[in-house]
Amino acid sequence: MARNVVSPPLGQGTRNAWKRKFLERGIATLLFLSSFLSILITIGIVAVLLFEAITFFADVSFWEFITGTRWTPLFSSKQFGVLALVAGTTLTAVMAMVVALPLGLMSAIYLSEYSPDKVRRVVKPVLEVLAGIPTVVYGYFALLFVTPILRSISGDIAVFNALSASIVMGIMILPMVSSLSEDAMRSVPRTLREGAYALGSTKLEVSTLVVVPAALSGIVSAFILAVSRAIGETMIVTIAAGQNPSFTLNPFVPIETMTAYIVQVSQGDAPAGSIEFKTIFAVALLLFAITLVMNLLSQYVVSRFREEYE
Amino acid sequence: MAVIPQTEFQRRRARRKWMGRAFHAMCLLSVCIALGMLAVLLAYLLIQGITGISWSFLTGFASRHPEQAGIKAAILGSIYVVVVAGLVSFTLGVATAVYLEEYAARSKFAKIAKINIANLAGVPSIVYGILGLQIFVHSLHLGKSVLAGGFTLALLVLPIVIVAAGEAVRAVPPSFREGSYALGATRWQVIWHIVFPLAFPGILTGVILAVSRAIGETAPLIAMGALTFVPFSPDSPLSRFTVLPIQIFNWTSRPQEGFQEAAAAGIIVLLVILLMMNAGAVILRNRFQNKWD
Repeated sequence: MARNVVSPPLGQGTRNAWKRKFLERGIATLLFLSSFLSILITIGIVAVLLFEAITFFADVSFWEFITGTRWTPLFSSKQFGVLALVAGTTLTAVMAMVVALPLGLMSAIYLSEYSPDKVRRVVKPVLEVLAGIPTVVYGYFALLFVTPILRSISGDIAVFNALSASIVMGIMILPMVSSLSEDAMRSVPRTLREGAYALGSTKLEVSTLVVVPAALSGIVSAFILAVSRAIGETMIVTIAAGQNPSFTLNPFVPIETMTAYIVQVSQGDAPAGSIEFKTIFAVALLLFAITLVMNLLSQYVVSRFREEYE
Repeated sequence: MAVIPQTEFQRRRARRKWMGRAFHAMCLLSVCIALGMLAVLLAYLLIQGITGISWSFLTGFASRHPEQAGIKAAILGSIYVVVVAGLVSFTLGVATAVYLEEYAARSKFAKIAKINIANLAGVPSIVYGILGLQIFVHSLHLGKSVLAGGFTLALLVLPIVIVAAGEAVRAVPPSFREGSYALGATRWQVIWHIVFPLAFPGILTGVILAVSRAIGETAPLIAMGALTFVPFSPDSPLSRFTVLPIQIFNWTSRPQEGFQEAAAAGIIVLLVILLMMNAGAVILRNRFQNKWD
């Protein structure tokens, strides 16, 4: 027994200590490098997009790009007005939010204020299944299920249209709105609700006049994140909304979003270095900038306007 | 102070109660619409695709004839790409989370890194495809290969792994670490022997979530240059490939009805794979949790 507790000779002990120290330092460095890589990814994205976009803007004036309304880089008479693509993206994102906002917010109010705990525990994960379904599946559903129904209602609707894609995209982002909003509402302390009830409020009044305002920063940030998600969504709009860049707000005709354009060029074989190839970097840079601003805005709203109770 | 007459009070109270009930019904209706859409979606896919699933569909290659088309190459491609993405994002994600939580916690670097990671999570997936195309395919000369695709998806899902692993590491009680330090353990010994085993279920859940996101991604791999028609099995990390979602996309965009049926069958296979992975996550998590409780 005694043998086992005798410490090693001093020389070996210090050697082990040195080895251990070396190992500790090495591991700490490796871990640091790994976390630095996450910052490098952002730098890499910006660098890659900027590099090709700058050579693109050597050939095409930035002013024409940002104010033009005709986008025809794949035709012989090339025009580079990105607003045609921005219009498509805006149209689909706004209409998707028209679906997702009311449904998502009301679902969140139901789950947070009305539903029994048992129901909530089943419904919430089931709703989140909607968010886990691959977007290509939604694209299939939009083109082959929703579009034929819409076309049977109105003959004015084209096979590829923004309406069908937007409705389905709204359903896809609905759980994001409802889940995040519900989290914000549930973190509103009980005492606020009870105070309002004690003054004779109905559940409707407590929900809309007390809980929603108190959770507003969380709800708004969820909305902004959902818009950002809708802007970056690719497969639904590529499959169901068409490949026809047009500066229009008509949801019945084929359009093209920024993301769908990138897919269109990637699927063809535009040779690296050609102007067609460079357009995707300019478009992606704009897309990246827009979503970055929205994500930062969403974080700002949460940190700046959060109401701290307790 | 104005006093509302009794009859007026009763009238208003009745109206408020009625509005409350109407609002309740509307909220319930919203949830039902959302759940109903999910049910319709799944039912429609099942009806469209179930007849297309057969042994020859699962083991056959892509074909110009819809009735002979199969998804073998797409399934193999998806598995290879996702395994690469899972391993890379697991390694980098856990290392990053451990550094930010255990080594650099509350430092300025950790603060900046965390804001950066939150923003990376919001970058549209197609932008990662362009990054992968320029970095892995062109600069590192990996070609439009399984490896390049796996790396691209690894970057895409890295924020998911980092956030999940960070939460799992933070959830380990500080007293456990302090007890270990008091016995003379070094920082790495504490992390390796105390923090990792306790955080493992949480980390695992994060990785499975990340992998199920990766397996459904289409756009970044198209942007990176994955093929859409692959009549062979990818046989090396540098071989060209396609994945299941791209195969589904390709079939969906064809006008022939036979291909659309094949797309629905492919979707069912994809959803079953996703379902199995999520069920696996729940089972694994429960098993490990019992061990440490």
